[in-house]
Amino acid sequence: MSAQFWLIQTLNAVAMGGLLFLLAAGFSLIFGLMRVPNLAHGGFFMLGAYLGATALDENLPFWLAALAAALGVGLLGAVLERALLRRLAGNEQGQVLATLGVAFIIADLCLMTWGGNPLSLSPPAWLMRAIAIGGFFFPAYRLAVLVLAVLLAVLLVALMEKTRLGAMIRAGVDDREMAEGVGIPVSRLFTTIFFLGAALAGLGGVIGGPILSAYPGLDTDMLPLALIVVILGGIGSIGGAFVGSMIIGFIYNFGIALFPNFAYVILFLPMIAALLIKPEGLFGRVPQ
Amino acid sequence: MSLRCSAARSLPALGLVLLLAVLPFILPGPFYIAIAHQILIYALLALSLDILVGHGGMISLAQAAFLGVPAYVYVGLSARAGLSPLPAALSALAAGTALAGLFGVLALRARGLGFLMITLALGQVVWGLAYRWVDLTGGDNGMRLSARPRPFGLDLGRPIPFYYFVSVIFLAALFFLRRFARSAFGASLRGTRDQPRRMAMLGHHVFRIRWLAFIYSGFLGSIAGVLFALSFRFISPQTMTLQQAAEVLLMVILGGPGTLAGPLIGAVIITLVKTVVSSYVARWYTVLGLIFIGVELFLPEGLVPGFARLRRRLGAALLARRRPA
Repeated sequence: MSAQFWLIQTLNAVAMGGLLFLLAAGFSLIFGLMRVPNLAHGGFFMLGAYLGATALDENLPFWLAALAAALGVGLLGAVLERALLRRLAGNEQGQVLATLGVAFIIADLCLMTWGGNPLSLSPPAWLMRAIAIGGFFFPAYRLAVLVLAVLLAVLLVALMEKTRLGAMIRAGVDDREMAEGVGIPVSRLFTTIFFLGAALAGLGGVIGGPILSAYPGLDTDMLPLALIVVILGGIGSIGGAFVGSMIIGFIYNFGIALFPNFAYVILFLPMIAALLIKPEGLFGRVPQ
Repeated sequence: MSLRCSAARSLPALGLVLLLAVLPFILPGPFYIAIAHQILIYALLALSLDILVGHGGMISLAQAAFLGVPAYVYVGLSARAGLSPLPAALSALAAGTALAGLFGVLALRARGLGFLMITLALGQVVWGLAYRWVDLTGGDNGMRLSARPRPFGLDLGRPIPFYYFVSVIFLAALFFLRRFARSAFGASLRGTRDQPRRMAMLGHHVFRIRWLAFIYSGFLGSIAGVLFALSFRFISPQTMTLQQAAEVLLMVILGGPGTLAGPLIGAVIITLVKTVVSSYVARWYTVLGLIFIGVELFLPEGLVPGFARLRRRLGAALLARRRPA
């Protein structure tokens, strides 16, 4: 296999890693703060992809379509938190299973609205070309995905480390009771985090659209990936989500390219290794 | 225990045996008899999951793997390798039980929601293998079994003999589950659910108890898997989707975890609702999602414990009204 093959696959891998980061960052924050793995997160991603496809059909520019889908999915996330998860407060098992129910409803309504055929999203025209670097050609869109993911990661880390909101979220992740005790409005944080996480997933769906396209089953394809990234990277850690996403991006991409039959199994090896060696994840904090 | 007391306690069991015995004569035709045996297969799977959920306090989303993997092994060995039914079935049970042992080692490293996430991921691995490893599994097209076997001249291809075949296995499993629930091992499993640290202090090996429960659950689930293969004579990755795993979990939670009647009632309700809904509209998964949310909001303990509490409360109210008179 040529150098071009390895270079292109590497770029594909980091682009996939970038997409996974958009998916997993919000999942990790929600899990970290609310102690609930949001099983509708794959559905949020898929809904974002479909909403993006519809917005692009209406001739919206790509960035606007992405923004609209992110807002739409984010609002849905906030509403779900207010209307459903809040009523199950204190019953974490009930909350998880309710998000599972929501995941089925989203999947079914997407199938009803957009049908069973995959919809492809075309990237912005100025990114539909190859860029030559050192004699090798790279698809510009995947480079752009990587750049966007890195930018968002830096923004999120800045949000978490430098702002008051971030400090409150970190306090809530570390010790919810204590945070409530010192007057942090944890309940409002839940809604905020759910909005942010869902919006990121929706954005990821649109950004991933030109690579993955929108199809029924995209949700259950993506949800386990988010689980693995978070198990690997540690719960509630943005840096962990980024590193975990990149590792899984590589394994996913090279697994599919080299061993198509076993791509799925290979994908879960790092999760198993992490569970055996360091159960709290690479960057996880020790749970309270 | 007096004879009368023990008779009173086995009255529901006797009723169930009678009901299952006369059911084929009440039901109007083979279609309904087929639904009846499918309900029993799903109920068996739900009961196997309830060992983990009800007695062990571990919510698993991997139970569909024990429906699918043994079914794949059975169909693969019968249709492709030409093995006769009994060795094929035993191999299928062994494969499912071994898979449970492996899953248990991995998933039991976490508790609570971590356990749930890992079982979800493990279930998806198995689904992904069946879906992608086309050379072995036939991929999305699945694999077909040409005919049901004829053990001792009993033609399982006909609806009523097959129904009784499934019923007998179901009742045997139910009998063993009842003994399991009352056994010392069942008690120690519930101990690890409620007081894991105290159990460890008392010298119980908590991990081993949970792991054995996982294997036992996988073995019972595998029986449902082989029956599933015989029932549908077809196996595809659809059998092992997250939706399928969630349906079985919903049967347990809706009926009431930790009771023998709960998963059975849950299986009856969910299978009937699914059959009816699917024959009118194609929106079964929306209904499934709504039931999930509804159960969590309004019936978190399940039907059987919910009704038991309601009856106790009614009984207490009646007593309170009688007393002044």
